[in-house]
Amino acid sequence: MALGVNPGLFLNNPSSFRPEEAGYRPAILGTIQLIGGVILIIVPLGISAATYLELFADRTRWYNRIIELNIQNLAGVPSIVFGILGLAFIVRGIFDLGFVVAAGSMTVAILVLPTVILASREAIRAVPSSLLDGALALGATRLQAVRKMVLPAAAPGMLTGVILAVARAIGEAAPLLLVGAATFVTFDPNFWDGGYSALPVMIYSYAGRPQEEFHVLAAAGVLVMLVVLFFINSIAVWLRARFERTW
Amino acid sequence: MKKKLLSAAALMSASVLVLAGCAAESESEPAATVTVTAADGTETTETVEALSGSILVDGSSTVGPASEVAAELFMETEPGVRVSVNISGTGGGFEKFCNGETDASNASRFIKESEEEACLANGVSYDFVTVANDALSVVVNKDNPLQCISIEQLSVMWNQDASGTIMKWGDVPGMPAEIADIDIQLYGPGTDSGTFDFFTEEVNGDSGNIRNDYINIGEDDLLAVQGVSGGIGAMGFIPYSYYQENLDTVKALEIDGGSGCIAPTLENVQNLSYAPLGRGLFTYFSDTALARPEVVAFAEFLVNETELINTTAGYVGLTPAQQTEALAKIAVLAGK
Repeated sequence: MALGVNPGLFLNNPSSFRPEEAGYRPAILGTIQLIGGVILIIVPLGISAATYLELFADRTRWYNRIIELNIQNLAGVPSIVFGILGLAFIVRGIFDLGFVVAAGSMTVAILVLPTVILASREAIRAVPSSLLDGALALGATRLQAVRKMVLPAAAPGMLTGVILAVARAIGEAAPLLLVGAATFVTFDPNFWDGGYSALPVMIYSYAGRPQEEFHVLAAAGVLVMLVVLFFINSIAVWLRARFERTW
Repeated sequence: MKKKLLSAAALMSASVLVLAGCAAESESEPAATVTVTAADGTETTETVEALSGSILVDGSSTVGPASEVAAELFMETEPGVRVSVNISGTGGGFEKFCNGETDASNASRFIKESEEEACLANGVSYDFVTVANDALSVVVNKDNPLQCISIEQLSVMWNQDASGTIMKWGDVPGMPAEIADIDIQLYGPGTDSGTFDFFTEEVNGDSGNIRNDYINIGEDDLLAVQGVSGGIGAMGFIPYSYYQENLDTVKALEIDGGSGCIAPTLENVQNLSYAPLGRGLFTYFSDTALARPEVVAFAEFLVNETELINTTAGYVGLTPAQQTEALAKIAVLAGK
């Protein structure tokens, strides 16, 4: 292989005693499913929350002020706290999903949601107010003006928020350890069922093994994670470029 | 424009999910053919239904690496079964196990009364199988001239009254003069670890009795190896497998439990002379899990392939007597 990369690093299952053949396949698939789930949750939730708070919410109401305060504070809460929250309410408790990828996705989604909301609000604020006012003056309802004029114009900024959130989500190991990402999985994960692993968890596990070869493998895993991140983000960057426009 | 925005979001997440799906090609397993050698020496070939299902194993960081090897070898013979192994410590493993969230729990000590009650409260009944033997190794720096240490000396260094008073090797009675002025640095696992419970019980008399100024390495035994190899006055206690992987970086002390100095070696563990720090390593199985054929097969595999699993993972396997005992136990649990 060019650059001396063994494709087995991406395609093989991990091994506990054959480091030369061990790969990251279940962890890569686990991370991709996890991030896919995160995107499915944060895009609709984050964008609608931002739109509501920026364009519809009445800031004199006490509940709106509480929501705003909470979102800003949540952005600074350590990720392990979200892990405990996920364990108590998503894995056990109300949702009772068990240790599955879906539970991991929901936990990490809550963790990065404030990032998306804050970035999306900035994006909406950056849209020239003449657009909204013009649409309203021409007889559009407020909902129509927001849907047809403001949101499309704010889309690139919102996607930036999603990119930032995904970049943070992909590297999180602490909350995933709490909601059941296993350190040793040699099969492809299922979103709703059975054990799963993720890249940062796998890297953490390899780094703590007694054999020297696994430490090298952990370093290689970091590169694998960068490749996966680059790949997911390039889709988002491509989308953002499509929506970009100048006034 | 609105449609475009929605489709963009959908496209992004969909493409990610599709990619995940593509890679997961289906691996349908044909029924396995097993050759059975009957007592009279004739071989009969019978077709058995290939096993399927998933097994969740969690627990001790000492037993975990051996379970991973076992899981990997087991899945080579039974590709339809999905075994995942997690490491959250003996105590952490039992917490999930007694909550009914895992099928099997690795342990480097017996289950505690408080944990038993939690299991009982949730209707989880269980029994354990001894899967390997371990020599808890007390390791020091290669440059430390000490060769042998007694349990009493260990207790002087590690018990809770030592905090703040036993700071140099000279503070411990009977230590060589050349290290008397060197500061003691102690590395030990955290309270979720079965190794912690076992060591404190055997050395200091009761579980949890330990000085409060040792360096807590959590569940990462490798950190103790790194710490001990980095300082001449350092000491730590680690599972036999971690010592075996690091023979050239740290030195294990012989242990005097009252009948002379005994080195932590394979023979001494199996003939029980490495006392009191020789111990069994266990996997606890729940009754509901053992009602499933794939879990029974895995449990039997752990015992039958003890030699292969434990030498691969750097552990001390079961003796033939232990094997027979374990197999009989599984048979009873599985209701055979």
